[in-house]
Amino acid sequence: MATALRDVAIVGVAESDIGRVPDKSKFQLSAEASRMALEDAGLSVGDVDGLFTTIITEGGQFSSMLMAEYMGITPRFTDSTSIGGSSFVVYVEHAAMAIAAGLCDVALICHGSTNISDRGGRGGPVSQSTEVFGPTQFEEPYGVSTVGAYALAAQRHMHEYGTTSEQLAEIAVATRKWASLNPKARMRDPITIDDVMNSRVIASPLHLLDCCLVTDAGGAVVLTSLERARDLKKAPVRVLGAGEAHSHRMISQMPDLTQTAAAISGKLAFERAGLTHSDIDVAEIYDSFTITVLLTLESLGFCAKGEGGAFVSNQRTAPGGEFSMNTQGGALSYTHPGMFGIFTIIEAVRQVRGECGPRQVPGAEVALCNGTGGTLSSTGTIILGRD
Amino acid sequence: MAAPSPPPLPRPYQDTAAYWQAAREHRFIIQKCADCAEFQFYPRGVCSHCLSSALEWEEASGRGEVYSFSINYRAPHPGFADKTPFVLALVTLAEGPRMMTNIVDCDPDTVRIGMAVTVTFDDVTEDVTLPKFRPL
Ligand SMILES: [Zn+2]
Repeated sequence: MATALRDVAIVGVAESDIGRVPDKSKFQLSAEASRMALEDAGLSVGDVDGLFTTIITEGGQFSSMLMAEYMGITPRFTDSTSIGGSSFVVYVEHAAMAIAAGLCDVALICHGSTNISDRGGRGGPVSQSTEVFGPTQFEEPYGVSTVGAYALAAQRHMHEYGTTSEQLAEIAVATRKWASLNPKARMRDPITIDDVMNSRVIASPLHLLDCCLVTDAGGAVVLTSLERARDLKKAPVRVLGAGEAHSHRMISQMPDLTQTAAAISGKLAFERAGLTHSDIDVAEIYDSFTITVLLTLESLGFCAKGEGGAFVSNQRTAPGGEFSMNTQGGALSYTHPGMFGIFTIIEAVRQVRGECGPRQVPGAEVALCNGTGGTLSSTGTIILGRD
Repeated sequence: MAAPSPPPLPRPYQDTAAYWQAAREHRFIIQKCADCAEFQFYPRGVCSHCLSSALEWEEASGRGEVYSFSINYRAPHPGFADKTPFVLALVTLAEGPRMMTNIVDCDPDTVRIGMAVTVTFDDVTEDVTLPKFRPL
């Protein structure tokens, strides 16, 4: 099956309106991104026979049935795997398997979210219930939040390896430089390490500028067989390798706060692709927080455990740096509608196609995407390349 | 966040009722597996090490050390609006398992990873008591 992944290609990608889109529902954003991704591929909605989506917010139950009905699709392969923001990266693996096995021909992965409009256009918490049922009753009463959970990991990494807030800030600063090259990015004004350090502490040791944006957005990705892909509008982008894993649901159950499941999913993706780290021209690493990136780079093996801080120093991941990463501006500066995974794929495909204009990484032929979901809980890693 | 709102509280269920009842009585109990002798936290209907249902409740020492912590300045829920800053923490219990809690009864700025802590009971309402930890 591992080699069969290579006979599948991504043929269409698109994002919907992004930023603040109060007049459109999350369902519409997902459907409009789907329409544009199908147009990008030169396919129509009638071609779609595999649907992959999840909505984790209000009104999203039975997500794949909901979105299939909304768009008038009758899939013969359906997948609502719900493991957080990594789900959409994992869907690439699932869709590639389904296509390689002949279970569907055209797979549509879609996502829509009105994460900022749901909060009345402001940041801050969405309302939660006051009675907690299930295992999360051992976390929520203590005031856990997404940023609080990731802060626990950052604090532990600093304790074990001497990682500094300045090193985390390097990631935010470099990512903003990429965003300044992307007209669609929400935050494009340059920032400095001091700006990050001087932004208010949300949950120590994480500052405001260590945290992703909160936006509305939709995105979609279309896959089909490599054979069919070669007759479509754009050059196919092959799925060279993929891997997935999760290590826990709740941060209190995470076996080691300094290592994510990317140690498993990344190893699988590299093995299945038959490639090594030096083959990767561009990396799209889910950046819910700066610490997410640092832990992921180590867990994927781009550097040794504990050396992530040194790895990202001196703006290594910025435009013109040695390691091109999060080239659309990431969740930190481009967009983040609660789950970011699909946007790593969209950018990786555009980079491999050479469509990125001023932010194009010269000669990008092989791209890696890593999605992280939950509270550092689940990961999906895919490696994409030119046909 | 003007109107006072209750913080999120546990609704006990089959797996967890005994734990929360003990907490109300200011007792801190955790599960031990009769088959593989491992402790576990949080309470479950089976052992997460060997899937046995033969679980027994044991009075825990209430001692542990801070595995990690974060001083939270933003309320994650309206019920925490009047409680910031608070210390969110993971504590490794002397028996082995790790749990989420708050470190209380100290200046948040003095909390450190590796700090020895002991359980204390916060009677949040008449019905719900949360085990928390304070420096030893
Ligand atoms: Zn057992």
